[in-house]
Amino acid sequence: MPNLLRESLHKRQTVLDASFRNLTRIAAFSVLALLAAIIASLVVGSMPAIHAFGFGFITSPEWDPVNDQYGALIPIVGTLITSGIALLIAIPVSLGIAIFLTELSPGWLRRPLGIAIELLAGIPSIIYGMWGLFVFAPLFADHVEPWLNDHIGTWPFIGPFFSGPPMGIGMLTAGIILAIMVIPFIASVMRDVFDVVPTMLKESAYGLGATTWEVMMNIVLPYTKIGVVGGIMLGLGRALGETMAVTFVIGNAHELSQSLLMPGNSISSALANEFAEAVGELYTSSLIELGLILFFITFVVLSLARLMLHKLQKREGHGA
Amino acid sequence: MFDLYLRRRIINSIGLGVSVLAMLFGLFWLGWILWTLLEHGLPGLGMHVFTQTTPPPGSSGGLINAIFGSVMMVVIATFIGTPIGILAGTYLAEFGQRGWLAPVTRFINDVLLSAPSIVIGLFVYEIYVVKVGHFSGWGGTLALSILVIPVVIRTTENMLRLIPNSLREAAAALGTPQWKIINFVTLRAARAGILTGVLLAVARISGETAPLLFTALNNQFWSTNMNQPMANLPVVIFQFAMSPYADWQSLAWAGALLITMSVLTLNIVARILFRQNPNSH
Amino acid sequence: MTVETITTTPKMIVRDLNFFYGKDRALKDINLTIPEKMVTAFIGPSGCGKSTLLRTFNRMYQLYPNQRATGEVLLDGQNLLDKKQDLNTLRAKIGMVFQKPTPFPMSIYDNITFGVKLYENLNRNEMDERVEWALKKAALWGEVKDKLKQSGTGLSGGQQQRLCIARAIAVKPQVLLLDEPTSALDPISTAHIEKLIDELKKDFTIVIVTHNMQQAARISDFTAYMYLGDLIEFGDTSTVFTNPKRKETEDYITGRFG
Repeated sequence: MPNLLRESLHKRQTVLDASFRNLTRIAAFSVLALLAAIIASLVVGSMPAIHAFGFGFITSPEWDPVNDQYGALIPIVGTLITSGIALLIAIPVSLGIAIFLTELSPGWLRRPLGIAIELLAGIPSIIYGMWGLFVFAPLFADHVEPWLNDHIGTWPFIGPFFSGPPMGIGMLTAGIILAIMVIPFIASVMRDVFDVVPTMLKESAYGLGATTWEVMMNIVLPYTKIGVVGGIMLGLGRALGETMAVTFVIGNAHELSQSLLMPGNSISSALANEFAEAVGELYTSSLIELGLILFFITFVVLSLARLMLHKLQKREGHGA
Repeated sequence: MFDLYLRRRIINSIGLGVSVLAMLFGLFWLGWILWTLLEHGLPGLGMHVFTQTTPPPGSSGGLINAIFGSVMMVVIATFIGTPIGILAGTYLAEFGQRGWLAPVTRFINDVLLSAPSIVIGLFVYEIYVVKVGHFSGWGGTLALSILVIPVVIRTTENMLRLIPNSLREAAAALGTPQWKIINFVTLRAARAGILTGVLLAVARISGETAPLLFTALNNQFWSTNMNQPMANLPVVIFQFAMSPYADWQSLAWAGALLITMSVLTLNIVARILFRQNPNSH
Repeated sequence: MTVETITTTPKMIVRDLNFFYGKDRALKDINLTIPEKMVTAFIGPSGCGKSTLLRTFNRMYQLYPNQRATGEVLLDGQNLLDKKQDLNTLRAKIGMVFQKPTPFPMSIYDNITFGVKLYENLNRNEMDERVEWALKKAALWGEVKDKLKQSGTGLSGGQQQRLCIARAIAVKPQVLLLDEPTSALDPISTAHIEKLIDELKKDFTIVIVTHNMQQAARISDFTAYMYLGDLIEFGDTSTVFTNPKRKETEDYITGRFG
């Protein structure tokens, strides 16, 4: 009798085991399905625009809802420029923060400072936008942009990038706000990445009489190079897709201007500003195609970032 | 010899000094932004914010309908996204040793984790709002729940990986079937960590604006109907801040302060929670 | 020296057992008999395969991909490695205790009942009795009887390990596998557990892996010395320790190696 009981118990457990495993498998699979659905819906939604404008969509600077003519060049360029400015500022600062947190900070400060940086990452992006529009932009217009005009604006070659009416809002402001936003992301990835360097490796260098700076530059950075680049790409991915912080301060002008002080547009802010009010199939579809382009770019950047970070992790795993 | 050493020491000091400056630079923005929020937000933050609905242009009112809408959408989205996230994270950590599904899912999930949230808004617009024919609270909820899933998957997998294999083996050695090991031993041991992940996900979607712009949109009036456009804090803040009316702007700052404080509190609570967990070694 | 002839009944028989981690052969043609209601110790330098051998007895390796065993492990004549053998019912007959204490994240009481509930339907009273019985057997009852509802993770290391032993014997297994059960414990807790093992062998067949030769000499009736996946020598403990047949065993035991 007890044997029979065990038999039926055994059968039930096998069934439960299999159902649970399959349930989790379906959940995991739903992530892939989600990605496929996102891509499919964006492609379907942009079909009218793709048919109407073809490949020229990407290279055309025209954005004219009145005549139903659309091109993505300006928002694409604006997205790339603002993200580029953001990285130029964020990379050295993040590196400094990561070095401070891993090597310099006294033990008791490490955790609170780490949390403070992560809190900076936790602040919703709309807050950055508001702060940028109401606090940062006016100060920037009054104090920094006139100075840029007077000094750098007169230089050959790069001068034109920094001359223009000091309005406060524009691509440079958007880039700076983006930089503040992505610093915490890049800094915390770099810190985590620096932590994988074997202590013994660092101690060997210190043992030879190397200074902290030399250990960072000659041991830690080369060892973690790929992870550091991965962290930067992750920050880039964030910057490219960031919407609210940019929308407040970029100026939302479909114009291509040489000066970084002039208003511009980015893919995400064009979507945020125009999509809900867009009328007409072609207008909507063009905006969706913008979204598709944005998704494609960020997907590539983020994939590269993950591949690099993964490579570092794998090496660490083998080293241990 | 001495000169070389001196030079190295000077470079070292400069480099480290710059690192300290970078750290201060980061903290400086955090301090400045928080200060601005308090400065502009506190004066507008009175009882009326919690008792009145959003006003028409140029008059005074509160944010109660937006607060309610945000809470509804965030809570429901969390309840939709969390189970899927935990199950998928469990698959990655417990069943994913063989086959292609786990590595591919892990990779795609990590990409979705930082994918632009505005695209998620577009997606929900395409598959839901267009089909239903109007903006709605459910649309917003759907978009937010899609944002919850990757965060929960990542933390669930990470937390389950922290559980020592010996615990799984100990349960298996008693003859425990696998579904019971996972549900009653491993997931249970990881629960504080997973809860942390859920809180972080809640914090993240509480402040999300972009995915709500073309899903929930906004609603000036008190509405509990999830099938209608629904007011929510982020979109109200966006519209009011961009408006020329002083009353609206003041409400936008009050809302911004509310959201930031809730999000930061969630972040801090999540961290304290995880730290106190004795199983977290 | 008294010569005693130990009369034994075989409980487990290992025949031509080989074990592979991927392509690496970790156990080579092991043949061995585990006598009933005795303590059998596996000793040898780390990496010799002693834990691997122990873990084939309840097919613990099946949790991991790329690990497999060939040959036979017979428990009362039944081949455990047979794929048709239900894994969970098999494991219920063979208890295991690990290097580090593994209390489940639940109360002391629930820790004990966790395994029992899997295969038996007991009413409240019977369950209470079972918990008390197991905790008494594990010499822990006196220390925890007033805090059964508290979390098992709050106990000291030595108490946690005795809780794990209580949890393992609560399901009334026939064999108890101990994988270096005292290596993470202080000397006092170790002495506690060793005394306990001596008590438990009245009811259970015990197999213990230990890196501590003195421990093997103190508590075991039979000893197997392993090296690099080979079973070098197996016999009753006093013979292995005082009069080993093989040079390698003698070197290890006298400390010339390992």
